[in-house]
Amino acid sequence: MGRYLVRRLLQLVPVFIGTTFLIYWLVWSVPGDPFAGKCGERRCPQQYIDFMTDKYNLDQNIFVQYFTYMQNLLQGDFGETFSGRSINDIILTSYPNTMKLAVVALAIEAVIGLTAGVLTGLRRNGFLDNLVLVSTLFLIALPVFVVGFVLQWLFGVQWGIVKPTVSSEMRFSELIIPGFVLGSASMAYIARVARTSIAENRRSDYVRTAIAKGLPMRRVVGVHLLRNSLIPVVTLLGTDLGALMGGAIVTEGIFQINGIGRQVFRSIVTKESATVVSIVIVLVLVYLLMNLLVDLLYAALDPRIRYE
Amino acid sequence: MSDPSTASIVSTPRPEEPRELAASPGAGLPEGARKEKPRGLLGDAWRDLRRKPLFWISAAFILLFIVMAAFPSLFSSGDAVNGDLSRSLGKPSADAWFGYDVQGRDVYARTIYGARASIVVALLSVLGTMLIGGAMGMIAGYRGGWVDSLLSRIADVFFGLPFVLGAIVILTTFNGSGSSNSKAQIMFLVIMSLTVLSWPVVMRLMRSSVLATREADYIVAARALGAGTGRIVLKHLLPNCLAPLLVYGTIMVGSFIGAEATLSFLGVGLKSPVVSWGIMISEAQNYIRVAPFLLFFPAAFLVAAVLSFVMLGEAVREALDPKLR
Amino acid sequence: MRVSKRASGALAVGAAFALVATGCSSGNSDGGDAGASKDGAITIHGVQPENPLVPANTTETGGGKIIDNLWTGLVEYPNNGGAPQNALADTIETKDSKVFTIKIKQNTKFHDGTPVKAKNFVDAWNWAAYSPNGAANGSFFSDIQGYEDVATSDPDGDGPQKAPQPKVDKMSGLKVLDDWSFEVTLAAPTAVFPTKLGYSAFMPLPDAFFTQKAEDFGKKPIGNGPVKFVSWQDNVEIKLTRFDDYTLRDKLKIKDVTVKLYQDENAAYSDLISGNLDFMETVPTSALAGEKYKADLGDRALNTVTPSTAFIAFPIYDKRFANKDLRKAVSLSIDRQAISDKIFFGTRKPADSWANPLTPGAPAGNCTSCKFDPAQAKELLAKAGGFTGEMVFYYNADSSHKDWMEAVAQQVKTNLNINARAEGVPTFAVFRQNINAYKMKGPYRAAWQQDYPDIENWVNPLFTSTGSSNDGKYVNPAVDAGAKEASAAADLEASHKKFEEVLKLVDEDVPTIPIYFYGQQAGHSEKIKKLELTNVGELDLSSVEL
Repeated sequence: MGRYLVRRLLQLVPVFIGTTFLIYWLVWSVPGDPFAGKCGERRCPQQYIDFMTDKYNLDQNIFVQYFTYMQNLLQGDFGETFSGRSINDIILTSYPNTMKLAVVALAIEAVIGLTAGVLTGLRRNGFLDNLVLVSTLFLIALPVFVVGFVLQWLFGVQWGIVKPTVSSEMRFSELIIPGFVLGSASMAYIARVARTSIAENRRSDYVRTAIAKGLPMRRVVGVHLLRNSLIPVVTLLGTDLGALMGGAIVTEGIFQINGIGRQVFRSIVTKESATVVSIVIVLVLVYLLMNLLVDLLYAALDPRIRYE
Repeated sequence: MSDPSTASIVSTPRPEEPRELAASPGAGLPEGARKEKPRGLLGDAWRDLRRKPLFWISAAFILLFIVMAAFPSLFSSGDAVNGDLSRSLGKPSADAWFGYDVQGRDVYARTIYGARASIVVALLSVLGTMLIGGAMGMIAGYRGGWVDSLLSRIADVFFGLPFVLGAIVILTTFNGSGSSNSKAQIMFLVIMSLTVLSWPVVMRLMRSSVLATREADYIVAARALGAGTGRIVLKHLLPNCLAPLLVYGTIMVGSFIGAEATLSFLGVGLKSPVVSWGIMISEAQNYIRVAPFLLFFPAAFLVAAVLSFVMLGEAVREALDPKLR
Repeated sequence: MRVSKRASGALAVGAAFALVATGCSSGNSDGGDAGASKDGAITIHGVQPENPLVPANTTETGGGKIIDNLWTGLVEYPNNGGAPQNALADTIETKDSKVFTIKIKQNTKFHDGTPVKAKNFVDAWNWAAYSPNGAANGSFFSDIQGYEDVATSDPDGDGPQKAPQPKVDKMSGLKVLDDWSFEVTLAAPTAVFPTKLGYSAFMPLPDAFFTQKAEDFGKKPIGNGPVKFVSWQDNVEIKLTRFDDYTLRDKLKIKDVTVKLYQDENAAYSDLISGNLDFMETVPTSALAGEKYKADLGDRALNTVTPSTAFIAFPIYDKRFANKDLRKAVSLSIDRQAISDKIFFGTRKPADSWANPLTPGAPAGNCTSCKFDPAQAKELLAKAGGFTGEMVFYYNADSSHKDWMEAVAQQVKTNLNINARAEGVPTFAVFRQNINAYKMKGPYRAAWQQDYPDIENWVNPLFTSTGSSNDGKYVNPAVDAGAKEASAAADLEASHKKFEEVLKLVDEDVPTIPIYFYGQQAGHSEKIKKLELTNVGELDLSSVEL
């Protein structure tokens, strides 16, 4: 177990380098001159373009650029955006916000998805089962923008239950609706996968044994059934945290959350390799660590899985 | 590789056998059962499927959508491409059942014509994702060791790519403005981007299933009986690990229809005059307060199509899954 | 993401002519309550500035609107739409439109307490024009004598060779006479020069600016305007407060102004409706549709027009579009009224003139091919020999142009039987790059918002062969000659007359086609009892009463 962990952590290094270079290269190959659109309908003065190109080393080849960037990174300096903001600051202020939102979304998605999954898995093809299926599918079919807009309008403007936008303190109560919106797209997956898993294991020997020896249903489901059905669900949830953090662009915009989503998108479009890589690096770390955690959880959930 | 008789023994998982015997009185009839030629897994599944109304209903719906995609003119004589501003945002009426969009185009005709792009892109992308992700997951989970590490880490690298970034780069490189790709080429590129950017999730899912299954008694037994790797993987692991994949995949059809629209919205996906449900939904966003029907109809079709796929997947999965038999 | 509005217009200038917002004081005819206003605070809509707040480096609306309030220039564009008036300038004198003597009002102060002197102007302009400083607005100083000596560019465009260091770092045309006056010598006579002086590139900079890096200054800017900078939290808010030592006309009646930086207009609109935001200078499409905003806001909805025009430009360098009859045919086949009514719900006006008629000197209705006449369009198309192949109308997909561009393509298709469609280009940067490189393969959208209120700004940059935004390579020697003569005219009136003649020549050639004039919808909270808008639709802070 310990050796496995060390090995996995060591493997992070090549993945880290591979991912950062791949992303750096991809951003670098986004077409368009980053300064062509900076001056509206008129051409930017050539002097300005020269100045910026020189300042951000954009006239160097990609390897030199990447190497310079990595060198600074190892000294803890993420660099600055084309608008002169320190990326370290952006990461420090925006990440916690995005993280908070993603965790709330994950929690909401897990609670609703799992509850729906367990209920429908135990009683398949009933009215509830179909209701859950159709409603979660509708959430997938509607773009996040629509779900967010409608909920914001209803709760924030029509009924006035909450403020339409999230304040900069990011209180938990303010994050429930944005979290639901962000998590809504994954709910169907969680509910459906949990349902299938539960339904499958419902028929297995140990459940029959547990029922036969007179354990209360609650204990059978809560301890025996759930634990054994969690593997695929945990996989999905684990991979989802990163996806939620990276996919929060629209939700952050609708609810005025100062997160990383918008910065990443803007930087991609303006070809700011350093900014994109810096922000995505942290995301990638979250992905990698979550995946590691999930792999370790497999062993905890299912004693048959062993890592040597 | 090994002889069929071995296969038929192993393909019925041992733990379930007693229950099967006890549950169905027919199985107790020795003569009939013994004379019957041993059926393969697929034969079993088919016999099972035929008896399910759910299967027939969902299959009928899917057939309907496929016909719609292939021959849209059978369903609508309207014009999906040309509009007239004087009819802009017209409410649903006898002339146009689903109303008119902001350009004055017939929403019903567009919904029908939108089936093709939506279904083709979504289905093929899901298929591609399943094949690549499934195969990688199977290999990683079954082989373990350094193969697992390598494949998992490659997946991690792809996982780290933001979807929007990957899509913009892949698509602008091959499908930038001014490139004169045919509709089919653009569709292929969109399918390719969606596949390349989504396979890691499926891979992780498959791998987790394989990890949970590969130590099961029947696999150990099959291995002990000398079954080759290919046989174990195809005959035993695959059917037993398919469940979460099928569930995930059928729902993914819905997400991909939406993802395709995101790409069009960014200006790198399908281009007008090609219509798709996703494009219609994203075009309707600004008008939800005045013309919610613009959003409702394509979304309803999308949900109906995805629902059919989910149901079909469910039926197939139950039929394929020996544990549920 | 959306490219800010600035990307669709040219540049947003601050004050221009204000339109007294109708209806906003209807319930309370005697204006606001002086007591409430005195220490009052408001929160207004804004977007994160793309660059540090340095006037000569700000080319987009997000930063532009903050700069316009933090600084006061030599002239301001007055509240009634008339000619520019002196603000910080006491007098601007010239005999030949070539040498200008500018006297500034004495003893006004920067926010750090230092006085605003003539040399603060001269130094600021020299800094912006000096090319190693890389100011985005540097080319605004190209009128001034000696500009070529301070601004050099990379000889091979983009590549290993660096631009040579300029020989000098000061323009020879700028001379400080004494503390309160300086002299500007232009390279050639330019009657409109004083009008330009209200643009943010021409703002003075305090001595403190020159002792630090521009980026650092831009994070805590020191201006000389009616409000001073308090703090800036990225993507959250910028806080401003009244500058109590301000002595010029537009002193604030309220005290604190918070500019809340929104990512999404719908979010801001929801805040506005539920009373968490006091002013928003734009209304999102979801609320414009079906005129929902009028129901939401009642008499707090404001509706004005701004001097900006949306065009469709032709790549005249592409020989398929070289025939002016074809261009005229396309123009005549577009039903601008229908687009305005159905796509924009009446919030934009069909364009009927070359220069936006809100601009001083610009005549209305001088675009003869801006009417809708499919019959004549077909005749002209036949005369031009038809059009073979696909006509693709391009727009940048990162801003909301899809609906109207599709409508335009649709009408060309229906009325001329040309195989037309609209196609989005992913980002404004790629779109502009193709335009800059003369690589457009079809007509494309363009927009122009005046930099300063004068018809000159609608002719020289757009239609002369060396114009900074003549992207279609339109060349007509008669237009060039006329524009040159008009620019050098002794006074503005004569200049305006001549520009009017030039536009008649342009009207013959149809190098671009005007589609609509921008309108502006804004809304405010119940807290604000009285306000005025500048003509670019921004809030005139000095007019706000609570």
